[in-house]
Amino acid sequence: MAIFGKPKYSTVNVKKRDIPEGLWTKCPKSGEMVYNKELEKNLMVVPASEYHFPLSAPLRVQSLLDSGTFEEEDQSLTSRDPLNFTGVSSYQSKLRENKVKSGLEDAVISGTGQMNGREVSLAVMDFRFLGASMGSVVGEKITRAIERGVERNAPVVVVSASGGARMYEGILSLMQMAKTSAALARLSEAKLPYFSVLTNPTMAGVMASFASLGDVILAEPGALIGFAGPRVIKETTQRELPEGFQTSEFLLSRGLVDQIVSRFELRDRLITLFDLMLPQTKAKPKKKAKAKSKSKPKSKLADK
Amino acid sequence: MEPDKRALDFEKPLQELELQLNSMIQKSEESNIDLSEEIGSIERKIESTKKTIYSKLTPWQKVQLSRHPNRPYSLDYVERLFTDFQELHGDRVFGDDAAIVGGPALFEGHPIMVIGQQKGRDTKENLMRNFGCPHPEGYRKALRLMKMAEKFSMPIITLVDTPGAYPGIGAEERHVAEAIAVNLREMSTLQTPILTVVIGEGGSGGALGIAVADRVLILQNAYYSVISPEGCAAILWKDRSHAPEAAGALCLGASDLIELGVVDEIVPEPVGGAHRDVEASADNLRKSLISNLKKLRESSFSELIEERYAKFRAMGVVAE
Repeated sequence: MAIFGKPKYSTVNVKKRDIPEGLWTKCPKSGEMVYNKELEKNLMVVPASEYHFPLSAPLRVQSLLDSGTFEEEDQSLTSRDPLNFTGVSSYQSKLRENKVKSGLEDAVISGTGQMNGREVSLAVMDFRFLGASMGSVVGEKITRAIERGVERNAPVVVVSASGGARMYEGILSLMQMAKTSAALARLSEAKLPYFSVLTNPTMAGVMASFASLGDVILAEPGALIGFAGPRVIKETTQRELPEGFQTSEFLLSRGLVDQIVSRFELRDRLITLFDLMLPQTKAKPKKKAKAKSKSKPKSKLADK
Repeated sequence: MEPDKRALDFEKPLQELELQLNSMIQKSEESNIDLSEEIGSIERKIESTKKTIYSKLTPWQKVQLSRHPNRPYSLDYVERLFTDFQELHGDRVFGDDAAIVGGPALFEGHPIMVIGQQKGRDTKENLMRNFGCPHPEGYRKALRLMKMAEKFSMPIITLVDTPGAYPGIGAEERHVAEAIAVNLREMSTLQTPILTVVIGEGGSGGALGIAVADRVLILQNAYYSVISPEGCAAILWKDRSHAPEAAGALCLGASDLIELGVVDEIVPEPVGGAHRDVEASADNLRKSLISNLKKLRESSFSELIEERYAKFRAMGVVAE
């Protein structure tokens, strides 16, 4: 396994399967029916209730970066089947299935890009690919994204969503937790900031590693965030779970999350934080790249 | 002699023979009859039965051995391997977690810091130890002790034996995920040698939270896994009774872990498992600890940290 491959630049290429099937989707919060096209225009946020549906990684990248600045890295990394795992179905067949379903090679997209003219190293997880579980590829891409921050003297942003470590790669998945966390120690020594953005859901092995280690931890509203799943906790303790248990709001009040930030404000919030933490390298905004810094970005997102 | 009710199913044929042997010896002593021939034959049978049972243990049987109710736990080894152990309590924030014990001690005359996950032997003890499932306070105490070890240049020895971190309301409220994550990050740069031994159950993140080490050893019948076989079976097969198959699929046994590059060395157990001869198990562990600590002491701290990073950095298999 080569640690540093030749960087290959490209734009994100996805099949258009980001939107739930059908024309209308029911909002789980308010119960209202929302027109899918409208949801899509609104970054998958229900306009009235502000319920945040999962956002695909490619759309997330576009919503955060100055337009046209994303250079994807490591997109050729794909999972192998080191345990030759066979359960009810084989890992290989699961991988094939999920590649087709999501149009992605694995559960994370990473690379560099600019935010208000400042270079950042960015990694975004995509829940559609095997529940964005972390196997070797996810761990490796996140680690490289962190190391890229050190190499380029750039802040690192990771947008998480994950069910946890990937069972199909067994203990090797568990070790990705140690690998990513160790890389963050080095980023910290280089005095570069790391921003962890938690989205629905961020659980288990991902939460017990890089997702919990942000200098600043931001969460989208209403996300499920925790270590053990609520059902397991209920079965183990035989107790009713408190209202709002393991939500972003719960974790804000219990002191883990720094801020809850709506999807529309995330980009601006990050830019402000970059400038506060790295004033000496304050970016000079390029005239051209002043695309969508204001809230409620218009569609144009999934126009591939 | 009463049969041990804690024996596993596959241990029962052996147990039966051992009972026979004992009663035979007793009979010969009481009645002064020479039964040495019969005794010898039972002894031979015991040896051959041991061979058939233990030469081809399935992954699931090993998991059962790793959870054996008579298996030596962390404090059993601490008692046999270290002197002057001073248990230090509490995370200085919220409380003391009895599922993780730790403190300084002497090993072969040198100060070390030992930290181990601790199960209980009976119901009462298990309630106190929470069945070896740590809360966030356990991980934070462990880190406190590890930082102390770094300050006073003591090598750290961690003993892993947990089904996993506790899935409870309080554990979530006090951020067990964050506690584990911080340990992973901090252990990767601690300026002192770290040696981990998986002595029983290496249950997922709860195990890893004290296991980012320069050398990771595992006892012959212990396991180390991303998820328990039962948990894996519940998710993939939708039925926990498929745990034996899941145990096979997860490659969680000692020799698989060596092959995957996650574990550095296997510490042999007496035939039949560590619980059948605790003294011999402790002796084997002592030998491994001595040789590994000696090797680690040859490196400077900065070399250790570079090598520790490289070790975990290389873990995983990807196609590129």
